[in-house]
Amino acid sequence: MEFHQTQLDNGLTVVAETNPHVHSVAAGFYVRAGSRDESAEVSGVSHFLEHMAFKGDETHSADDVNRIFDEIGARYNASTSEEVTTYYGAVLPEYLPKALEMLATLIRPSLREEDFEVERQVILEEIGMYDDQPTSVCYDKSMESHFIGHPLGRSILGSRESITALTADRMREYHANHYGAGNIVLAVAGNTDWDEVRDLARRFCGHWPTGRHDRNTEEARPPGVTRVLRRESSTLQYVIQMASAPSARSPHRHAAELLSVVVGSDSGSRLYWELVDSGLAEAAELGFHEYEGSGAWMTYVGSEPDATIDNLARVKAVYDAVNADGVTAEELERAKNKVSSAIVLRGERPMGRLSSLGANWIYREDYRSVEDDLRDCAAVDVSAVRELLDAYPLGQTTTVAVGPLASLVPGTANENDPPSN
Amino acid sequence: MSALPLEVRTHVLDNGLVLLLQPMPAVRSAALSLLVPAGSVYEQPARNGTAALLCDLVTRGAGDRDNRDLSTAFDDLGVQRHESIASEHVAFSAATVSHNLTATLELYADVALRPRLPEAEFEPTRLGVAQSLQAIEDDPRQKVMLELRRRCWEDPWGRPSDGCLADLPSVTLEDVREHHALCFRPNGSILGIAGSFDPDAVTEQVERLFGDWDGGRIPTIEPGPEMPSLDHLDYDSTQTQIGIGYPSVPYRDPDYYTAWAAVSLLSGGTSSRLWNEVREKRGLVYAVSASLSSLKDRAHVLCYAGTTVERSQETLEVMFAEIERLASGLEAGELERCKARAKTALVMQQESSVARAGAVARDWYHLGRVKPLEDVREKVEAITETDVLGFLAENPPGDYTVVTIGPEPPQLDSSVSLRRALSTESDEG
Repeated sequence: MEFHQTQLDNGLTVVAETNPHVHSVAAGFYVRAGSRDESAEVSGVSHFLEHMAFKGDETHSADDVNRIFDEIGARYNASTSEEVTTYYGAVLPEYLPKALEMLATLIRPSLREEDFEVERQVILEEIGMYDDQPTSVCYDKSMESHFIGHPLGRSILGSRESITALTADRMREYHANHYGAGNIVLAVAGNTDWDEVRDLARRFCGHWPTGRHDRNTEEARPPGVTRVLRRESSTLQYVIQMASAPSARSPHRHAAELLSVVVGSDSGSRLYWELVDSGLAEAAELGFHEYEGSGAWMTYVGSEPDATIDNLARVKAVYDAVNADGVTAEELERAKNKVSSAIVLRGERPMGRLSSLGANWIYREDYRSVEDDLRDCAAVDVSAVRELLDAYPLGQTTTVAVGPLASLVPGTANENDPPSN
Repeated sequence: MSALPLEVRTHVLDNGLVLLLQPMPAVRSAALSLLVPAGSVYEQPARNGTAALLCDLVTRGAGDRDNRDLSTAFDDLGVQRHESIASEHVAFSAATVSHNLTATLELYADVALRPRLPEAEFEPTRLGVAQSLQAIEDDPRQKVMLELRRRCWEDPWGRPSDGCLADLPSVTLEDVREHHALCFRPNGSILGIAGSFDPDAVTEQVERLFGDWDGGRIPTIEPGPEMPSLDHLDYDSTQTQIGIGYPSVPYRDPDYYTAWAAVSLLSGGTSSRLWNEVREKRGLVYAVSASLSSLKDRAHVLCYAGTTVERSQETLEVMFAEIERLASGLEAGELERCKARAKTALVMQQESSVARAGAVARDWYHLGRVKPLEDVREKVEAITETDVLGFLAENPPGDYTVVTIGPEPPQLDSSVSLRRALSTESDEG
């Protein structure tokens, strides 16, 4: 495997990891634009724009885009997060030129009015779909509550109101500000060669306007909020608890990844033995979420409503013990084995390598090979975990519950948010 | 391009266990897929959930290791594992770096041959299974497809393989142990392994580990009652979930790839008909899809859409109109696009040990052999428009099963296309 990198005159960064031993090639544009870059007025525009990208440009209709990707047998999609919008696809090597041409088309869409109105309905259906899933509601509300007053608290989908009010003109304006070439990374991984990638990038992206959007990356200072959203039709009670964790550029992040495995992976972790193996909860997991400038521990517990309050106390006891005593060398070693084999398995597919390549570059302007990732993982020791815990202890700064319960306070049925959703 | 994969080596042990080895020298991992014929179709009547309980319980201690030791041993080897239940099988899937394959196989031999099925673990297991079923109640998208399968295939074939909340409390540890005694056996079990390893050494090891596994008789299956083919379940939600099913041909049928192409026209890529008509042109849904779901001897096309209540009627109509329109001809390039997508899928399967291990085991289950990928590619390549239309003429979509979940039922009989689509049903009923 070989790594290559260049920057076009307009500021577009191109990175590639070539590998002659695989049968396919994956490519993706990583745009540094997401819900945190939106104002309340245009909430949801990044994600709506991602949908509109597939409606074509001056030379391609929406039908053309859909048809041509299928003609080359592409596995393709797009996604929008709080920070990054990604357009990606995997194809057989002979179709890379066409795939890149079409992916490039997505970045400069026409945003036609008639397409905009139809797609608005699709977005409203997507919002409706997530409304019906208590776990999605819980995620959305916990991000909103934890990062209240901070851009990371903005909803990716937006609200029914903001989507209904959005205009194509406002979307064009947002696009002009956020889709400058300096704000985009093209990543390619798999069976291809660098000269071809560079030439294709110049041909399809060389004429794009320059521009880079600056965002406020000040670390969030979550005030701590507890919200209980009553949903009587729900069978289980879903709870998400959040606390501050290292950011995407923090030296603590490898330790954080491993700690989340020791404490809260879906098998063999401390939360697993305490809550899931024993049958007290359907799921009890700890995730580490890294963002630019901020990070979050995210705890998720799904269980029968009656058991919820007791389960949360157990989670807290597990965290108190970890914060006080750290983790053992033995459990850390086990977590490293799990993470290492996951790195190897993910690294076998060009799509797996693409997501690592793209994320590393957009967040850290850094290239990490599979070997580098394995080394980073191996280098974490118990003292590194101790330092991490001192800086970012596990906690429950924010709590959001969705389900039949009216309150999380034992023996009360009192104050909470008005019925919502 | 893409070099053909090395041939799959087949080895059948004297006790009937089938071992399939797919060497993949370019990868650093190894993956296994172990199918044991202990799926939900073999459960006793009114004991739906027995297979799910057993599937969980066998991993809670086996051989010399108790629950925690076994879990720790898997984790020490970095095994990414997954257990699931299908109609006929309990499926164990595992992947790790290839030098840990030998030790991983030792653990699975314990799980398959020497599970402890401890009494102390039974209640926690039942609580866990019950809560995962409750979680499905909170996920109407998942629920509608389960309810659709139940109504497409008579019991036990349509039975939810993960169990049901109504039966679960009555399943005892004895039921689970009996299910194990009857169904965990080498004859009917399939072990597929793909990745980088020495085939001779692995064959020898599997002989040693599984060679003295005792065979048993294959239980007979008594078909149960059928459920209504048009049904609505009340649910407090924003969207109505729609499931539509109609019969097609199973994987082992000579016409399978033609049947697959017909479904792929409906719901292959983003240029497919359902995606285009339901989502792209009308904006009725976020998600709409159709897939050919095959058991060993029967298959249905299962279609899904989720849409807000007031648009559910129109969504149903457009879906039926598209399904019915299939037989009236193909557009230029449509079939070629389906083929291009299939080709990509076949090639990408060769890059992943996990995908490949699953595919060889599945092939054997359906066909009693592993179909070389090159044969599949040739078969797909050879499909013509005439084939597809001929298939649809002989197997026209009909005999529909429709399930909706939402605040109110759509009026199934108020529209022309629905009436036409459902006319077979009303004639019979």
